[in-house]
Formats: sequence, structure tokens, C-alpha cells
Amino acid sequence: MTKHSANDYRSGVTPIWCPGCGDYAVLNALMRAFAQLDIPKEQIAVASGIGCSSRFPAFLDTYGIHGVHGRVLPLASGIKLGRPETTVVAVGGDGDGFSIGAGHIPHAARRNVDLTYIVMDNSIYGMTKGQPSPTSPQGMVRKAAPYGAQQNPLNPILMALSYPASFVARAFSGKVKAMIALFVQALRHPGFAFIQVLSPCVTFYNTYDHYRDLTAAIPEDHDPADRSAAMALAMKNQTQYLGLFYQDTSKPTYGTRLSSVQSKAPRKSMDEIFESLRR
Amino acid sequence: MHERVSAKQTSNIHGDAPTVVIRIGGEGGEGTITLGDIFTRIAARSGLEVYSFRTYPAEIKGGQVMYQTRLGIDRVMSEGDEANILVAMNHQAWAEGHDDLCSHSALVYEASVDLPETDSRPYPIPAEEIAQALDWPRGKNFVLLGALLWFFRLEMDVANAMVKKRMQRHPESLDKNLEAMRRGYVHARDQYPEPFPFTLPLPETVEERILLSGADAMALGALAGGCDFYAGYPITPATPVMESLAKYLPSFGGRLIQVEDEIAAINMAIGASYAGKRAMTATSGPGLSLMIEGLGLASMAEIPLVLINVQRAGPSTGLPTKTSQGDLFLSLYGGHGDAPRFVLAPDSVKDCYFQTIYAFYLAERYQMPVIVLSDQAMASRLESTPVPGAPWNGPLTRLVPDSETLEGDYRRYRKTETGISPMAHPGQEGGMYLAESLEHNEYGYPDQTPDNHQAMMQKRANKVETARQMLATWRMTSRRWGARNAPFGILGWGSPRGAVREAMDRLQRRGIPVEALYTHTLLPMPDQAIKDFIQSKRALLVPELNFSGQFGRMIEHRYYRTLDENNIHVYHCKKEQGVPFKISEISEAVLDMIESEHKLWAREHGELARIYRTVSRIREGEQGGNGDQA
Repeated sequence: MTKHSANDYRSGVTPIWCPGCGDYAVLNALMRAFAQLDIPKEQIAVASGIGCSSRFPAFLDTYGIHGVHGRVLPLASGIKLGRPETTVVAVGGDGDGFSIGAGHIPHAARRNVDLTYIVMDNSIYGMTKGQPSPTSPQGMVRKAAPYGAQQNPLNPILMALSYPASFVARAFSGKVKAMIALFVQALRHPGFAFIQVLSPCVTFYNTYDHYRDLTAAIPEDHDPADRSAAMALAMKNQTQYLGLFYQDTSKPTYGTRLSSVQSKAPRKSMDEIFESLRR
Repeated sequence: MHERVSAKQTSNIHGDAPTVVIRIGGEGGEGTITLGDIFTRIAARSGLEVYSFRTYPAEIKGGQVMYQTRLGIDRVMSEGDEANILVAMNHQAWAEGHDDLCSHSALVYEASVDLPETDSRPYPIPAEEIAQALDWPRGKNFVLLGALLWFFRLEMDVANAMVKKRMQRHPESLDKNLEAMRRGYVHARDQYPEPFPFTLPLPETVEERILLSGADAMALGALAGGCDFYAGYPITPATPVMESLAKYLPSFGGRLIQVEDEIAAINMAIGASYAGKRAMTATSGPGLSLMIEGLGLASMAEIPLVLINVQRAGPSTGLPTKTSQGDLFLSLYGGHGDAPRFVLAPDSVKDCYFQTIYAFYLAERYQMPVIVLSDQAMASRLESTPVPGAPWNGPLTRLVPDSETLEGDYRRYRKTETGISPMAHPGQEGGMYLAESLEHNEYGYPDQTPDNHQAMMQKRANKVETARQMLATWRMTSRRWGARNAPFGILGWGSPRGAVREAMDRLQRRGIPVEALYTHTLLPMPDQAIKDFIQSKRALLVPELNFSGQFGRMIEHRYYRTLDENNIHVYHCKKEQGVPFKISEISEAVLDMIESEHKLWAREHGELARIYRTVSRIREGEQGGNGDQA
């Protein structure tokens, strides 16, 4: 079998994204990660919610499903648990994942379903033309907040670490090479991998320069097994660290647990069940 | 006053085969349900037919609980009417229950409760005292169980075996409960040696029956329908479906997941179905409200899905533990846009099994969500029923593209005559496609052009029409029974069918012929069968357990031309009280309908005149106060 190239994973559909959108980098990085791991296209399923970044699956020549707003994690979990040999990637934005869908993250994390969740975080609602999102800074002025946004931003990495997701990382659309490496690690991770990608919206909230100043690679001496240290890094507001904050490969995946339930259960036939219900 | 009671009055004033309704009331947490459940099972084991009904408060401990069981020699099809026997564990049970006793009833009660003298024949049992003497105060319910065993002359051996089987998980209290039951039996035998007025003769041979609840029937139907995957969230009264599948599904190689909410449940089931598995969820009203968006996704992206809705009384939190048929409109029409789906309506516990199997057949073949509309009363009651045979229809499976199709120009959403297009799943080489919640073209890619939208709406809608034609060839998608040429009809759906059937038998014996049609498919509707039925009638009664008469309104709307052209009137028989229909409520509604119709006739003759004279006689008899209702 020939090795795949990144372009093999591309569908013929032209992305709807604005020129310069950070999501292009994410799309390219994911295709390169697939190619690097040489995953057959038919073995990949990419699920998404609603928003600019959730249009993602259409641009890939893999199995894909574009669901409803905020429900990508249950949807992707269903695919993985239904057909465990599939490589499942869930994608979406900060509105989809941290606002309407935030309630699903802790449960995906505590189940440790073996899938990769990429949140393209641009700190704005792009598709609805620029309302503050759960990661927008307090005070951001937009049409929906003419006097400035009055809610404090979330800290997604700290949130994921607190559950904890068994793999927590941050990437930046301006640093593609590092992003590819993280995606490869995440796809290889046996369990729930959470990646926040700082992916600027050039039209409604261009943060490229801001993030170039603010981001830095996680210090080399950081031990990803040390959750407290990861939390301390995540809490540093002055620097948005990029890289792998935390990884725990010791926990069984949910699929493994369900398989063990199945192997424990005695085989039965319908006749035996009816027999047990006899009056 | 007690001498009036005689064995022939065992619920037999209507000429029905003898049945006895026993209602047991007590404080939640004092074993009332256990008493009712075990007694019902012992009676069934002894060869009697059973049909139970339970109502419980929303609280776990405290609050009044009621368990009702109806015993019969022949098949029992409904809750029946007023109770013959009230078993009162406390004063409140009597206060709430004595009004609903038929004349010549028996009152079995905790002797320490001070009750006024009534028409009911009293059978005080010092259950508390007996239990105390055993140093086992919690065994009060078992003392009363023992007394009931004596009254019905049921074998202690059968009872002992049943208690051992049912109380396996409480070995520490087993011996005490068995002793409490024995003492209750001995006490009743010594105190009341004379024949008990409601004892039913036991059959010589015990026919093969299983004891099944509607919830178990749906879980087993899911297994028989090939369910691979269940995702659900606990909600009364649908939880027993999940609990039953939690026990069985892994034994069949399936997976069950309790998720964080109903929205996750439906989306996870959709994900598993997309991955090629037979997937389902079950919920009740509030959960269905939350699932409506996901239902639209399954409809739009053409993903098979089975959704069981065990209806409870709404709106909002409503009466969480009580029954209703109030979710018909939500199930048929709930959601934005025109999102095709199927809606099936089982009308008995056994039918819960078959309709769930058919739900999988239809979901898989037509790549659509299928809602099974059950309800609290049907899901939580126990019925004795023969082991269900093989389904009459199907099986149907999902169409998956073959390798030849996948090598060519595979279009997941190809517009076909039937509307059905083969569905690939992850792992199939060449089958990669996008399942889109946006309007999409044949490949699945977003396409919002005007002609494409219209054409794809048509494609999805065509599946309903294809199914309607196929279902017309299926056996028993609707059930028509009764007097073939009767001028009056009953048209309905769901669990009230049993009460309707018994009411019709009573009316028939009184000289009032009625014919009924119950449909098992509410969407698509079996239009031809219903039109044929409607046209053969002068007036129709539509009984249903909801406030606004949703099915009746649907009938009026859908068949207005047939109704109008033939001058056929629709009478609504609506009840929204959280409890099922009594037989007499249906039969009275039929008499009311005939009286109302009589006023509209210019002149009646022949058969109509005879029917109306019979109704008048019955109604005069009622006014005469002999209690001999239709």
C-alpha cells in the first residue's frame, strides 16, 4: 500500500472560510497528521457541530458528519463506540464547544472515549458576524455588546485539566509545525485528547499579532504527567503556552471498559429470556 | 348486611367473564408495591390471568402508593372498573379508595386503623400486631399477603417459592417475611373460614404464559429487532426500558451507555447509527422535547434511529409518574421544518414487543427516525401473555452499497424513486461521504440552491410514501374488530384499546353493536383502511388520554372530506387525569354518542331505531338506580 500524502485527504469542496482564517492552518495540519500516520481515509470519521470551523468535515475526503450546534462530542462518541476501529476526530469552535456544548466536555473526559477533540478558538462568534464568545475578553465591544462584554472569559485549558481530559494541549494557527506534531500525538493517544487551537478570525477579531506576542512554547522541563504543574502553566495569563500540558495514558478508554462488560455478560438467547419470565 | 355478597357477583353484573379488581394502598416505602407485585405473580403462577396497574407518588419515600391488580380466568385486557377488594394498609388508603369500590365489595385492612362502617364487608387483619410479635415490623405487607393468599385459596407452596425467587436480593429478611406471610395466612384462615366472595376457581392446567411489563416488552423487542447500541438518560417512567436493556444488551453483544442528558443520548445514538449500528434511545415527554433537534438531524441526514417515548402527563414536569397520551402532536409534528419520521403506537404489552421490532425494521430500511409511543400505564404494568411468536412482517435491513456501487460514482443521497439510497459506513472503502445537517446535494455536500432544496425535500418525503404503500401489504398495521356492519365506530390508538375491547363486549351483550379500528402506525397513517372504516359508520367515538383530543383532531383534519361528504360525526372521548380509562367510561361515552346522534336524525327506522330503544332502556335502568350500567 502506498503512503498517503496530505492532499489525499482533501475533498473537492472549497472551504467557505475567509482568506487568512486560522482554520485553514488547522485543516492542513490535520491532513498532514493523517498522512504522517498513514491512516486509510475510510477509517477516519470527522464530526462537527455548528459554526465556521464546524464546516470542516466537508473539506475532507473522509467519512464526515456535520451535526447540530454543540453536540459534536456525543455524536463523535457514538461513532467511536459504535465502530471502535475508526479514527474519530471531533472539531468545532469555541461557541460550539465552550458555550452551548460545554456540558458535554466533562463527560467525554470522564468516560475517556478514544477520540481527538480540536476546538478552533477564535474568541468570537464568526458565523453570526461577531458577537462575544465564552473566551472573549471582558470589555470587548461589539454590536451585541455596545457597552462592552460583561462576562469573564473561560480558561479552556484549566477547565480540561480539572476534569481531567487524559490529553490536554494548545496550538496556534500561526505555528503549524508544532500543531502537526501535537495532532499526531493526540491521534496516537489512547483516550480523550483535547486540543485548543488559537485560530484567529481575521474578519471579526484578528488576534494574529496579539497571539504572536502572547504565546510561547511550554518550557522543555515541564513534565506532562504532572497535572498540578500543568494547571500552574495554564493559569499564567501573561503567556498562552503552546504544546502538551498534560497526558495520562494509564486510564482505560471507555471502549475498553464497555468491551469488558460485554465479555463479562453471559451469552443469552431470546428463548432463555422468555423462559426466565415464565409465570 | 354481609349476607348479600355472593360469589356470582364477582364483577359479573355486566355478564363479563369473572374478574376481580384488587386495589392495595399504603404509604410509599412500606412495601405496598412489593405486596401487590408478589401477590400478582403468585396468582399468575397459580394459573389466573393478571393485569396490574400501579400509581405511585413522585417521591421515593412517603406519599401514598397504589397497586391494582385485576385477576381473571380468561384473558384480562384492561384495568377494569371499580375495585372489588380494597386492601388498606393505612387510613389514607381507605379514604382515597373507598369511593371507588363497587357495591358488595370487600375491605381488607390493617386492624389498628379505625374505619367507619360502610357497605363494604370488613376483613380486619392485625398485620401490625402479628408483625410486631415476630419482632419484624417491616413484615406487615407480608402478613397481608398471607391473608390474601387464604382469601383466594392460593397454595402456600407456590407462594413460598415465589417469595424466595423475588426476594433473592434480601436473604437476611427472607425467613422473617416467609413467616409473616404464613402467620397472615393462618390468621385469616382461622378468623374467616367461610368462603370468600371473590375467590376465582383455579384452572386445572396452567397454560404457558409469561409475565411481562410494557417496558420489558420494548427492551426485548429491541433485542429481537437487532439493537446494537443504546444511549439514554434516566427519566420516569421510561427508565425501566434502559434498566432492562442494561441487563440484557451486553449478552447480545450490544453496548449501553447512560449519558449526561437527553440531548447527548439522541446525538450519541445518531453517531452509532452513522457508524452502521442499530441504535436507539428511550425517554419520556420532557426528554422528547430535548431530543427534537436531534430528531431533525436524523431525518435530514437520513440516519436510522429508534426512539421510544413512554408518555407521562404534562405539560412541563406535569405528573411524572402518571399516564397520558398527550405527546401525539409532539411526536408527529415536533421540530422545525418538515422533518419526516415514522410514529408507531403499540396498544398492548405484547404489542410493545412487536412495534419495537418493527421500529427497527422501518428505521433501518427507510433511514429515518422512528418514534414508538408507549405510556406509563402500559410500560409499568404486568400482563400475563403468551410468549410472543415470530413477527408477522419483515425483517427489513439497512441498504448498504455493494463494492460495485462504491467503485463507481457513489452518491450517498442519490435521488431514487423510493427515496431510499444505500448508506455506507466508516470502514467501507470508497464510501466516504458527508452526513449533512445543512441541505445537501446527492453527495452530501452543502447545496442551498432552490431546485436542490425542493428536490431533496421530495426525496426524503418519498420515503414516507414508499413506506405507506409497503405497510398496506403488512399484516396488522391496524386492527379492526367488532360488529362488521355496526353504524357506530370507535377509532383510536394506544393503550386504551383493552378497555375499549371490554366495553364493546359489554355493549354487544346489551344489544348495541360497535365496531372499532385501532391503528399501529400513526405516521404514515393507513389512510385507505381508515377511510373504509369511517365510511361504513354514522358516527365515530375517538377515546384518548389527553386533554385536547389530539388524535380526534387529527382525524377530523386529515379525513374532513370523507367525514363531511358522508355526514359522519366525530365524538371526542377525552380524559387527562393521569389514570387509564375505565371500561364503563368508554361504554357510557358510546351511549352518549348514540343519544346525541339520535337528536340529529330526522327519523330513525330499522336497526337504528332498535339500537336507540336499547340505549333508552339502559339509561332508564340507570336512573332507576339498580346500578346495572352498560
